[in-house]
Order: sequence, then structure tokens, then C-alpha cells
Amino acid sequence: MISTLILGIALLIIGFYAMLTRKNLIKIVIGFSIADTGTHIIIVSLGYLRGKTAPIIDGAVSMVNAVSEVVDPVPSALVLTAIVIGLAVTAVMLSFIVEMYKKNKSLSIDDYQELKW
Amino acid sequence: MIKNVAVILSVIGLVVIFLPVISGFQEREDLNELGADYVQGSINELETPNVVTSVIVTYRGLDTLGEVTVLFLATVGVGLLLKGNKEDMIKISSLELLETTSSVLVALIMILGIYIFTHGHLSPGGGFQGGVIVASGFLLLMLSNVNARISQSIMHFVESFSGVAYVAVGVAGLVLTVGFLNPGVLPFGKFGDLFSSGAIPVIYSLIGLKVGSELTSILVTMRGE
Repeated sequence: MISTLILGIALLIIGFYAMLTRKNLIKIVIGFSIADTGTHIIIVSLGYLRGKTAPIIDGAVSMVNAVSEVVDPVPSALVLTAIVIGLAVTAVMLSFIVEMYKKNKSLSIDDYQELKW
Repeated sequence: MIKNVAVILSVIGLVVIFLPVISGFQEREDLNELGADYVQGSINELETPNVVTSVIVTYRGLDTLGEVTVLFLATVGVGLLLKGNKEDMIKISSLELLETTSSVLVALIMILGIYIFTHGHLSPGGGFQGGVIVASGFLLLMLSNVNARISQSIMHFVESFSGVAYVAVGVAGLVLTVGFLNPGVLPFGKFGDLFSSGAIPVIYSLIGLKVGSELTSILVTMRGE
């Protein structure tokens, strides 16, 4: 669907904008999560086929004509993987932030100059 | 000032990159060859109603093994970074409302999670979703009762047991049938039954246990134990 594709791209750009402009480390992680969700919506909307239903064979889908009645199962499987990886990355980022806060007592990115050039 | 210009330029660059994706987008009418093959194979070969499950557990089983490994690495990373936070632990007693409802709800949430990962081959859901629900039950337990102790060693045991059993089922597929993680090691049974689809429900239940115990141990670490 074109509308969900536009929504996904908008979320991706909003997330990148948040990551580039916010100073608070937690807000940068929130921006990452928004961009992550945007990519998931983009992938799922690329796998959508007009007027078709979820790829689960039950009452709504006949076994004989299943191929012509369901959407693409591959993007759904890829997004399931991507969600889990996103969760793992977010957990590790947040624990890095906890450690950084314990060391410098600050959540502002301006107080971490070590990698600045 | 220069930084703001750079930010605006990179956002505009992103928009320019994605404009052709939107303008050249055409909704597809039919499945491509790969998707059609997976749907046919799921019905005829694997006897699995949920096609997404058969893609994740069988056709892309190696990817899922890698995904579970990434989740394990994240657990180890969080445990390593947040080790020894004991003195920071804040104990706030919870509200009576939360305590009373959680004594009813925790067991129901766990049962829902177990139902979802054992029925992953029949209905929407599966190991990852069911595991997350089980972990959310443990989170409710931790929120409602500050003194609730969740044993890390039991969580680690469940996690390593299910990880080893997952690989063992995969190797059994390699020895007894045609390839690694082939679900044909168990009989395929009747389409739509709980005990059908070969080893797919076994593998997905093991994934559910692994994900649930891993996320619970992340939560216990973040709580500061």
C-alpha cells in the first residue's frame, strides 16, 4: 500500500532527524527506535498484495488456491527477525548509557568529547 | 550553524533517496516465484498452516539460529555492562491495586505466552512473540513485588538447555533426513493438528523458552541484582 510506504519513510526520516539533532542520549535511542519501526513498515508494505490476506491457511484461505489468496510471507519473516535484532540493539545501547551516566553523571551528548574531531 | 545546515542537508538527501521509491511504487498483484514456492511447500511438504512460521523455522532456519545467537550476545553484553549495580537498586513498595491484580494476572500471562509459542505453527504468533509475553509476565511480577527473587541460575539453565536442544534437533535433521534443521525428524501428522508439522512446534517451543528466559535475565540484570 502506498500510504503505509509513505508513513514508513516519514517515520524513518523523523527518526534520523531526532538522532541528528537531540542532545539527550535517551532521546537519541528513541530516535533510533522510530527509524527502526519505519524500516519495518516499509518492508511489510513492499510485501503487500492488493486485496489479499495473511499467509495463514485456515477458514479464510482455501488450501487449493492458497497461492492466489495470500500476501508475500518472506517480508513478514524478515521483519520478525528485524524486530528481535532491534530489541537486542536497543537493550545494549541503554545499558551503555547507564554505564556512561555512572561515569560522567551526564546524559548530554555534549559532555562526551572523546570521539569528536 | 554549520551543524544545522549539515543536518538539514542530510535530511533532504534522505528525502531525495526515497522519492524514487515512492514515485516508482507499483502494487503487486501476484506472489513472486519464491513466495509462491514457500506457500506451496508449506502446504504440501511441511503440513504447516502458518506459512511465516515455516519460512522462519525451516526455509530460513539458519537465519533464525543466527538471530537467537544475536539475542544471546545482547543478553551477555547487558549482563557484562550492568554487572554489580547492587547499590543503585531502588526499592519502592508497589500499590496495593497492582499487587492484588498481579497475583491473578501473572499466571494467566504465562499461560498465554506458552499457548502462543506451542501453537506457532497453527495461528499467528510463535516462539519470539510467546517468549516476549512470558518475559512480560516476569516483569509484572518484579514490578508488583519488590522482594520477588528470580533465580538467574535457573534462567541461565533454561536458556542454555533450549539452545543446545535447538542445535541438537538441527543436527538430528542432518543425520536422519536431508539437511540441517529439517523438520522431517518427527512425523508430519494431519494438517492443522497441534502435534503435526514435524519438528516445527518443538523448535519453536525451544525458541520460545530461550527468548523468554533471555529477556527475563536482561530484565533481572537491569533491575540491579
